[in-house]
Amino acid sequence: MSTTSAAHHDDHGHDSHGHPTGIMRWVKSTNHKDIGTMYLWFSFTMFMFAGAMAMGIRAELFQPGLQFVKPETFNQLTTLHGLIMIFGAIMPAFVGFANWQVPLMIGAPDMAFPRLNNMSFWLLIPAAILLVASIFVPGGAVAGGWTMYPPLSIQAGMSMDMSIFALHILGVSSIVGSINIITTIFNMRAPGMTLMKMPMFVWTWLITAYLLIAAMPVLAGALTMLITDRHFGTTFFNAAGGGDPVLFQHVFWFFGHPEVYIMILPAFGILSTIIPTFARKPLFGYASMVYATAAIAVLSFVVWAHHMFTTGMPVAGQLFFMYSTMLISVPTGVKVFNWLATMWRGSMTFETPMLFSIAVVFLFTIGGLTGLVCAVLPVDIQLQDTYYVVAHFHYVLFSGAAMSIMGGVYYWLPKWTGHMYDETLGKWHFWTTTIAFNVTFFPMHFTGLAGMPRRIPDYSQQFAEFNMISSIGAFALGISQLLFLYVVIKCIRGGAKATNQVWEGAQGLEWTVASPAPFHTFETPPQVK
Amino acid sequence: MNQDNKSYFLPGPSFWPLISSISLFLLAGGFTMMLNKIAMGKPIFIAGVISLTYLLFGWFKEVVGESVSKFYNKQVDKSFRWGMGFFIFSEVMFFFGFFGALFYARNVSLPWIADAQMLWPSFTAAWPSAGPAWPAGEASKAIELLDPWHLPAINTLILLTSGATLTWAHWGLMKDKRKQLIMGLALTIALGVTFLFLQVHEYSEATFTMAGSGIYGSTFYMLTGFHGLHVTMGTIMLAIILFRVMKGHFNSHDHFGFEAVAWYWHFVDVVWLFLFIFVYWL
Repeated sequence: MSTTSAAHHDDHGHDSHGHPTGIMRWVKSTNHKDIGTMYLWFSFTMFMFAGAMAMGIRAELFQPGLQFVKPETFNQLTTLHGLIMIFGAIMPAFVGFANWQVPLMIGAPDMAFPRLNNMSFWLLIPAAILLVASIFVPGGAVAGGWTMYPPLSIQAGMSMDMSIFALHILGVSSIVGSINIITTIFNMRAPGMTLMKMPMFVWTWLITAYLLIAAMPVLAGALTMLITDRHFGTTFFNAAGGGDPVLFQHVFWFFGHPEVYIMILPAFGILSTIIPTFARKPLFGYASMVYATAAIAVLSFVVWAHHMFTTGMPVAGQLFFMYSTMLISVPTGVKVFNWLATMWRGSMTFETPMLFSIAVVFLFTIGGLTGLVCAVLPVDIQLQDTYYVVAHFHYVLFSGAAMSIMGGVYYWLPKWTGHMYDETLGKWHFWTTTIAFNVTFFPMHFTGLAGMPRRIPDYSQQFAEFNMISSIGAFALGISQLLFLYVVIKCIRGGAKATNQVWEGAQGLEWTVASPAPFHTFETPPQVK
Repeated sequence: MNQDNKSYFLPGPSFWPLISSISLFLLAGGFTMMLNKIAMGKPIFIAGVISLTYLLFGWFKEVVGESVSKFYNKQVDKSFRWGMGFFIFSEVMFFFGFFGALFYARNVSLPWIADAQMLWPSFTAAWPSAGPAWPAGEASKAIELLDPWHLPAINTLILLTSGATLTWAHWGLMKDKRKQLIMGLALTIALGVTFLFLQVHEYSEATFTMAGSGIYGSTFYMLTGFHGLHVTMGTIMLAIILFRVMKGHFNSHDHFGFEAVAWYWHFVDVVWLFLFIFVYWL
């Protein structure tokens, strides 16, 4: 190397003292831990924002009749709540975990492409601004539901364009992030860490990243067709021009169903990490867990039309999608039973992460079973667009994805901050969240079966009691998350010193580094036996 | 070999991610405003284009600089290979969505509309079709197909030849024959530009349009348009590689930049073959 390039080299990294401080530390970051932290805080901000919208929805539904918001505002609330929770809260939270944990778990010095990693994060900001700002443009935010079905989405105002471009940008962010994660996992593992020795969380993220790279471009295609139908005279979704609005649903759900598993597979990875730790036993059936995850991923591409049983499809198609959907319960069942078998005769303790994990296994299974109910074609025709479906996907998305994220945060917080969190308050957060969640969403099964349609601001009198119960639960659920914020901030600011190992039964490379994890880790790769 | 650096190259703090975020914000915001006839849109969009151009040049310049300074070891090189491979996979899926729309329109939606006799009783499903009542309310007009064995066949030949000339250039690189490398690249670029020129010519000759010709025009221009955009990108990328070759970059064992662009070019070729078969021919 010439002297000039050596001098160049100095300001180019490897230098743990040379990184900027203050805001520039975050803006210019190329450090997977800092970027992971930004992802997690972004996710929590969006979680609170979209949660506030949910509070608005439940306030309006507290009683029959119109009280607080106009019907169109109500529709905007449900639409933005869905879009922001999915793309702003759940997905970035998992990417935050991947950023923090994947390099630590596989013994890599950082992600494979540190600058692109930071780009994936910073692309979230313009997307979030576009989505939030769309509330204030003429006509208000998008109101046609997060699925943006035409013809409503063709007729909607400027906010639809903003949302479409926001999703385009989020798609770029997801694809770049996924390429980064896959490359890191394939190319940066410590010597000796074969694929089948990887921690389960890394496996689930590897498969999730595949799903993202395969599914997000298809969404980009659907959104592009939407834009050209809106502004450039194409007729993809217009029957007068030979197109079909149902085409959008096919393309959208070809993305949308893998998207559902994108939001749950990393959660499975977190569970598969936490449960063995607190059962003090290795994960039961590691190989079958890997194969089950892969099977779920493959199946996710051939079930999409179960979202559209009522929108028109030949009977043969309906039957195919019904059976393929039911097939998914097999690998999912493998997972649930493996978690149970891991706990079986384990020497279990019930710290907050474990409480969250057990609750997720239990509640996600309820959501999975109602999913199976919805998969049954003749039943689904009754249940389509009722509160039963709302109950179903909140059981998988809140008590599946979001509560796994909370469990994961408690589990790794000592490693991230160097302090133990307040166990008493953590347990309070767990119990209030779990109870309030069930109070909110369990009654929706009943209102849904009784025929209450979703996305309507008013309802008939016989649903009044259950809706009031749901609303009370929702307010309690919302307030409990402030407790979560308090526990996390308290843990960052101080608390009992965490050991490197943190948890007695914890296994894996991330527990061999100091707590808090130093700015640079595994600069010389560890040897895995 | 470029094994000066034992450890994996980790770049220092960088402004480029923030600039990429600002660029896309300006592009998306400006374009939204332009679509909705807000006067501020155009300058904002242009600012976005300038910022994106600055970003691409600046960031790639930095990466090229790191590469020629031998900061990248074999492991970094492998990362780039994985990264480019998965990027192309995502592009494949992007086109897959549009091909799916074409398949659906021909085999599902048109027969379906023809079945619904109540709305448009005289409509029969046949390809090509502008739909039963498009432009809005008018009776559909017949679409004059382009002869696949005229311009499209010539274009197929051009792209296939360009794939061959690019491989010839690669052989030149492998055997350290710089002249063959430069010749091959220049030929490939020339063929790419010719292809684009013929595509534009075809667009100007076509009797159907994107906006007025229903589902046929929609799928035709969406698929060929995005392909043309990719050929444009590929040609620009090849030109940059040629520029780098003339500056003396790359050698027989260290030329991933060249290979990445070659992969991309072959991918664009393959997409064209599908276009030729399913859009022009069948």
